[in-house]
Amino acid sequence: MSLLSVEDLVVRHGLLQAVRGVSFSIERGETLALVGANGAGKTTLLRAIAGAHQPAAGRVLLDGADLTNVPSHRRVGMGIALVPEGRKLFVQMTVEENLLLGKTAGRAGDWSVDRVLEMFPNLKPRRHARTGHLSGGEQQATAIGRALMSNPDVLLLDEVSLGLSPLVVDRVYAALQGLIASGTTIILVEQDLNRALSVSDRVICMLEGRVALEGSSKAVSRDEVTKAYFGLHRKSPGSVPA
Amino acid sequence: MSNQIIQGILLGGYYALIACGLSFMFSVMRIINLAHGSLAVFAAFALWWLASRFHISPFVGLLIVLPLMAAIGWALQRFLLERSARGGALLPILTTFGLAIVIDNMLFEQFGADTRSLAPYIGSLSYDSWEWPGSIYVGKLAVIMFASAVILLGGLQLFLTRTRLGRSIRATSEDPDTAGLVGVDARRANAIAAAIAMVTVGLAGAFLGMRATFDPYAGAPQLLFAFEAAVIGGAGSLWGTLIGGIVLALAQTLGAQVHPQGFLIGGHAIFLIVLFVRLSASGLGLRGLLRLPSRSAS
Amino acid sequence: MSAASPSPIIERGTATSRIAAIAVVIIIALLATAPQFLSAGAVDRMTALFIYVILAAMWNALAGFGGLVSVGQQVFFGLGAYFAIRLADAGLNPFASLFVSAVIVGIVSWPLSLFMLRLRNGEFAIGMWVIAALTHLLVNLDRLVQGETGTSLISLNVYDAGTRRTVIYWLALASMTALLAILFGLLRGSTGAAIRAIRDNEDAAASVGVRVTGTKRLLFVLAALGIGIAGALWLATSITFQPKTYFNVQWTAYMIFMVLVGGIGTFEGAILGALVFFLIETWFGGTGVWYLVGLGATAVLFSLFLPRGLWGTVEERFGLHLLPVGYRVRLPGNPATALGDDAPLPRQTTQHQEKA
Repeated sequence: MSLLSVEDLVVRHGLLQAVRGVSFSIERGETLALVGANGAGKTTLLRAIAGAHQPAAGRVLLDGADLTNVPSHRRVGMGIALVPEGRKLFVQMTVEENLLLGKTAGRAGDWSVDRVLEMFPNLKPRRHARTGHLSGGEQQATAIGRALMSNPDVLLLDEVSLGLSPLVVDRVYAALQGLIASGTTIILVEQDLNRALSVSDRVICMLEGRVALEGSSKAVSRDEVTKAYFGLHRKSPGSVPA
Repeated sequence: MSNQIIQGILLGGYYALIACGLSFMFSVMRIINLAHGSLAVFAAFALWWLASRFHISPFVGLLIVLPLMAAIGWALQRFLLERSARGGALLPILTTFGLAIVIDNMLFEQFGADTRSLAPYIGSLSYDSWEWPGSIYVGKLAVIMFASAVILLGGLQLFLTRTRLGRSIRATSEDPDTAGLVGVDARRANAIAAAIAMVTVGLAGAFLGMRATFDPYAGAPQLLFAFEAAVIGGAGSLWGTLIGGIVLALAQTLGAQVHPQGFLIGGHAIFLIVLFVRLSASGLGLRGLLRLPSRSAS
Repeated sequence: MSAASPSPIIERGTATSRIAAIAVVIIIALLATAPQFLSAGAVDRMTALFIYVILAAMWNALAGFGGLVSVGQQVFFGLGAYFAIRLADAGLNPFASLFVSAVIVGIVSWPLSLFMLRLRNGEFAIGMWVIAALTHLLVNLDRLVQGETGTSLISLNVYDAGTRRTVIYWLALASMTALLAILFGLLRGSTGAAIRAIRDNEDAAASVGVRVTGTKRLLFVLAALGIGIAGALWLATSITFQPKTYFNVQWTAYMIFMVLVGGIGTFEGAILGALVFFLIETWFGGTGVWYLVGLGATAVLFSLFLPRGLWGTVEERFGLHLLPVGYRVRLPGNPATALGDDAPLPRQTTQHQEKA
């Protein structure tokens, strides 16, 4: 059975349909990359999986259990953690306090403040600094660490490289590689196609709220993804001309 | 004169007590509870009822009334404020104002127009005083009140910074949506925060009843005192509330020196002066006067 | 789908609203002649109703259209009465002093607005209450008022009771009509679009260049003026002035009740709310405390379960607009649909504009 699956999910922002009938599933230990232009519905999809948006239709299943009506804080307890776009740290609180908040759901596991600080050594001297005063890279590390503190089965990463210098992005991805190697299941949204393809097992390209292309990251060519990205593809699975 | 200043400072403890619940609730839920004063008067009446009917000392009565206030706070958040806050920032003002009218008039219906006091039920404490050097007499009750305020504010501060629940409440106050994403039950955190706020209101009501008289319509002035102290001290910390309370009380003391009816005028005037100075200093970008107590954390 | 369909019609009124407009004129004319047929007591009650309508409409202008919930509007009610007392004491004709007093209240409210409008939401609400409490205390210091003992508008006694009653009735009717007309004009004019934009989303309105503060100030001063007139008229009907009665927060409670029940942010709602309040007061006012408990509880229930009030709900359910202050787009063959109710509409309007 798939660890997480999404069935015909529809999510609206008022009148706007951001996600229009998306289905996919992910196996334990797999890394799935979500790519697509701005406004394709990637962030909304991740937020719906995390429970921050109530879908208008469709279901989200974790280990076969229907999560659709489960509020976000309980999904954390069930093993889904989101690193939100824009990091969304509690800026009035310190790095350590932000990390400890990740433990609220109380899932068993080996993540601790010290282990996060080992993974991101740059945070060590900033442990008691308020996150509002951190650099972008330090903030991103804290956000990832906060999600890991809940010992998730599925980690959702939304644009973790946004606004960071290439050097810092390398460092963040080096840390992610360690997570991937350790068998954590990951869904990540990434603007950088090369990076998305290199780090993931499978890729889904979204266009206007729908899945425009889905395939193994090793098998699809960069060209195919680019075409799906801009809607130049024809007869790809799931696509309907607008 | 120095005697009056000390009395004023000690009275500031009461204002800090009544203000801290108001600003705590505002900082967590962004709601100014207009029934705040009425709930304090309700607590005072509850203690008075226990004392006059069952001869339960108000201090023992608190063991009953404070848990009751906590339950009221929880229910208030769950059944009233949560729902009305979904309708925007203005609706909770109307809801809590309506609630204040209901509470005030129910109290009037139940207890009549007579002014009451808890002073007769606390023995000599209501008039006992200590003599300090310089022949200054300070009431024991006033000192206890001030000490309670300090302990309460310090305790709240520790709770917010040192406990998991406190962190959850601060996270919810900062960003309820993201708090949910890290596993915090924002609804629960808000309900607990409301319960805590009402416990402080209950305590403030007890001291209101012990140090002065109250009647069913005494809630409105208490709300104004609480609001004024919270805004004056709004530098961003719970301790600011204490300073706000002291400033308010000193201004009232000074007002009473100037004119027999100057006590309340002095308080309102200092509030407006502080407001004016702060508005002039901050320019148009002022987002709010009451701020998070958690900002002072760490 | 849209190319073949005929152009939409943009209109300000509906057939119902034109009938309503005629009805309004008839009602006012009937009310103006009513003192001839009504008993003295009924004339007094009707005067009270007009004052309630003023209070509701003015509080609604501030809260429903300006987004400013104040719990201190009794300050203007009290000041309206107090200035009238002072002016009459200085020798001005008592009837004239009622209106001069209201103008002074309006003038006083302007500098106050510079200060208070920078507060937000709940802070503004209680801030106004503090202003009311302070003003009350200061008025008490006036020797003429003699503290809570109060004083009277004695000079009104030169008129006999019958004349007094009828004149006050007409003044109240005229004030109500004029204030409602001003408000209606404001809402339909260019300010109206700004007011509705602020009501719907203040930040967005500011970002597209709506003069948010100026518009709010206008509403604040109008509300102060209107409530000042109401206070002065109330003084004229009751003659006695006790600060405690006039600066009582209960007046604001009444305003909130009327507007919440009638429908906050709708022009007709405030009037409906005043009528409902008037009837409730007539029937249950004698029950004292329980009446007040009922008012508070009703306000709570409406804010929780029917925040749009009676009229707002009717409007939503049936698309009924008696005194429309907005614009409506109607597609031929398609019964009136409010703009934005479904997606294709705006696109068609755009096409229409492009053709034009």
